Amino acid sequence: MEFFRFERDIPFMSWGKYTTTISVITFVLAIFFLSTRGLNLGVDFTGGTVLEVSYSQPADLGAIRSVLNTLEITDVSVQNFGSSRDVLIRLPAKHELSSTKLSEFVIDALKNADHTIEIRRIEFVGPQVGQELLENGALALLFVSLGIVAYLAVRFEWKFGVAGIIANFHDVIIILGFFAYFQWEFSLTVLAAVLAILGYSVNESVVIFDRIRENFRKLRKAPVTQVIDNAITRTMSRTIITHGSTQMVVIAMLLFGGEALYYFALALTIGILFGIYSSTLVASPILMLLGVKREDLVKPEKKQQEEALP
Amino acid sequence: MNRYPVWKNLIVVISLLIGLLYTLPNFFGESPAIQISPLRITAETGTTLLQKIEETLKKHGIDTNGAIVEGNSIKVRFTDTDIQIKARDILQSELGADYIVALNLIPNSPQWLTSIGALPMYLGLDLRGGVHFMLEVDMNGALSKSLDRYSADIRSNLRELRIPSAGLDRDNSQLVIKFRDEQSRSKAETELKKLYADLELRTQDTDRDFRLLATVKPDAHTRMQSAALQQNITTLRNRINELGVAEPIIQQAGSDRVIVQLPGVQDTAKAKDILGRTATLEIRMVDDESDLETALQGQVPFGAELFTERGGNPLLVKKQVLLTGDRITDAQPGFDSDNQPAVHVTLDSNGARIFKQLTRANVGKRMAILLVEKNHSEVITAPVIREEIGGGRVQISGRMSSTEARDVALLLRAGALAAPMEIIEERTVGPSLGADNISRGFNSTLFGFLAVALFIMLYYQAFGVISVLALSANLLLLISLLSILQATLTLPGMAAIALTLGMAIDANILINERIREELRSGVSPHIAINAGYERAFGTILDSNITTLIAGIALFAFGSGPVKGFAVVLCLGILTSVFSAVTISRAMVNLIYGNQRKLEKISIGAVWKPKTSKRS
Repeated sequence: MEFFRFERDIPFMSWGKYTTTISVITFVLAIFFLSTRGLNLGVDFTGGTVLEVSYSQPADLGAIRSVLNTLEITDVSVQNFGSSRDVLIRLPAKHELSSTKLSEFVIDALKNADHTIEIRRIEFVGPQVGQELLENGALALLFVSLGIVAYLAVRFEWKFGVAGIIANFHDVIIILGFFAYFQWEFSLTVLAAVLAILGYSVNESVVIFDRIRENFRKLRKAPVTQVIDNAITRTMSRTIITHGSTQMVVIAMLLFGGEALYYFALALTIGILFGIYSSTLVASPILMLLGVKREDLVKPEKKQQEEALP
Repeated sequence: MNRYPVWKNLIVVISLLIGLLYTLPNFFGESPAIQISPLRITAETGTTLLQKIEETLKKHGIDTNGAIVEGNSIKVRFTDTDIQIKARDILQSELGADYIVALNLIPNSPQWLTSIGALPMYLGLDLRGGVHFMLEVDMNGALSKSLDRYSADIRSNLRELRIPSAGLDRDNSQLVIKFRDEQSRSKAETELKKLYADLELRTQDTDRDFRLLATVKPDAHTRMQSAALQQNITTLRNRINELGVAEPIIQQAGSDRVIVQLPGVQDTAKAKDILGRTATLEIRMVDDESDLETALQGQVPFGAELFTERGGNPLLVKKQVLLTGDRITDAQPGFDSDNQPAVHVTLDSNGARIFKQLTRANVGKRMAILLVEKNHSEVITAPVIREEIGGGRVQISGRMSSTEARDVALLLRAGALAAPMEIIEERTVGPSLGADNISRGFNSTLFGFLAVALFIMLYYQAFGVISVLALSANLLLLISLLSILQATLTLPGMAAIALTLGMAIDANILINERIREELRSGVSPHIAINAGYERAFGTILDSNITTLIAGIALFAFGSGPVKGFAVVLCLGILTSVFSAVTISRAMVNLIYGNQRKLEKISIGAVWKPKTSKRS
């Protein structure tokens, strides 16, 4: 079996104008949604309390709300979670009542109303902790980006580092854009997925970059566009199969991972799909734009003599 | 060329064997057990305790599945949780307050595996259920508490030294001592400098008075903070012991935070109650005049309470509290002048004064030191006062072993929290959700793996089978590595295992695609295999290092569940490079290496373009 049978190189670089336009549009849209709607930050980042409870019969959300109303707790969200018997209750961070007491208070009231209730999960994050987690997340993002640029710059050349990281930021912004547009909850695990995508998606660019370097050595006379087109075409089959395999696992996660892994898997799915696109059709045009030359990677003969000296 | 030297094959075989060995314990599952550990060092341990437990259980007709001594504690295995809970209740009432009797799960793996350190993976709280707390110590509270103590001490020092002062105020983090003339101020300055090495003294003149400003020195401040944190941790540990948790984790996080993890605890309300409790010490007089016998029969005299001293003797103690524990600044175990074990207690100056009066008035009588916690008071010790004790240094001795002295010192020190604490993060996972999470993580990994395996085997045929075997080896090595390191496995960690499998296959795809490409350009199979592996290696390394960078960043900046994800991701990258490159190559070499004339290899259809390739 072989899926990909390319007679000749696909002229990816000549599509540069269109792909760049598409990228810019999606990028701007993502930024737009991020700035207008913002991320629906989970309790990890905002602070507050989340209770997950389970009933033996389908839960009556109205009854739960009225119990909470009698406690004079406002600004609560009560919704089904996974099945009709599971309920997720979100309580905002309250100043007047110690937050750990708050959850006990609510649980007692709910237990009085219905004895069959089972506590599945309590999460309370103090506002100061939420702020820290947000800061640490941003720091991690920065560290990963710088680390990858530095690695690619050392292993290839700075232009590759810059092209690689721009392509990947493009992916990250688009994932965030999706989360902003659909108002999916952005939790600590989703952040982990985003960072994993940052590392994973660079793989893709690296594979193509490796091939570009090899082609620069092998196809001595070919112009740069042809070198890049050939590199992308010849790694195409591997790109699709690899991403397909990873996506299969992620689909398994979407199907069997339950609510806890749902958004994690969703972020990975978007990341993988856009990763294919960005590493082939974003990274390489940027590389062209930055004016990559054969001399950047294939060192002239003189250099080797220098190295021979002690 | 496609043959491995013996040592390389040996590495592959040995690593796989070790992998298999350390993955094994994960298959045996766990059985309900009870863990009995002594609460005090003086309590019996080892085989005597084991015998006692076995006899007790036999008397009540409870069957065990064997018991083991592990360090100080004893673990008893049962067939199901009903028996386990029944046995816990029986042992708790029979063994009394000297032992912690906790429910636990212990691995079913055979003894020989446990003895070589092969344990199942360590499951995080989101998989096994339990409570996670992060507490923050209110350092300002600790500072203000100590400033209050300093101001009381300085006031009485000045009085004793007969230095006239015009008042002492607290202004935020400094003490302001006012004097009417410069002479008394300079005298006070020299005296106080001698007494308090930890205070920084500065002079300030205003038009009305001469002032001395005292602040806590920065290094003393940090010392105080870490001491407060340490004392709080000790206190928490003592309290958690009461909860009966099998493997609690109590650790410092940063300069002012404590993380408490209680696996298997469901009653969070009780846990919070115990953690937030404030314990105090009280010194009261023992009522020796009243009749103990009538009191034991239920007629406790007015103004007194009946207690049981440690060691079991009943004791009548007066209700009037003479001194409380916040006057104690330190307690250390040591020896008295007869070389008998003793506890040296240091009181602050106010406490010292009270204690001096108290002992002078009560020579020959007994006093009782009580540890008072919510709904519960305990007489730690009830020594006889032999003489007036001044200077704030109290020695408690008599009928004490050195381990008991250490226990008492610890209790005196740890009875109260050094500074108030607040819960700033709580994550509780119920047992049913934990079990659900395990099956979710497991199913994601299983079905993800099956889908990838099926596809790769169809697509690359024999080489696909090799890739899938390498992927299985990767899984084996990863799980064994997690078991060996006892890294905490969380739900995101399980997701990372699944994700690693999805990403690890990339290396094999790179190799297989390279081999196909070489074949396409017309080289012989042997050369194609060799070139495929050689050329793909650089790419594999590059692409995995970038993911490793992301993993390391996640580990460094992540917390809790994300850290679990990062650990698995990083380990998965290491094992996948090894299995995809070295192990799969070993298999290829084994199959094809000995065939001198290799016409065709099974790597799926290699399609050749009609037009000749450029390169």
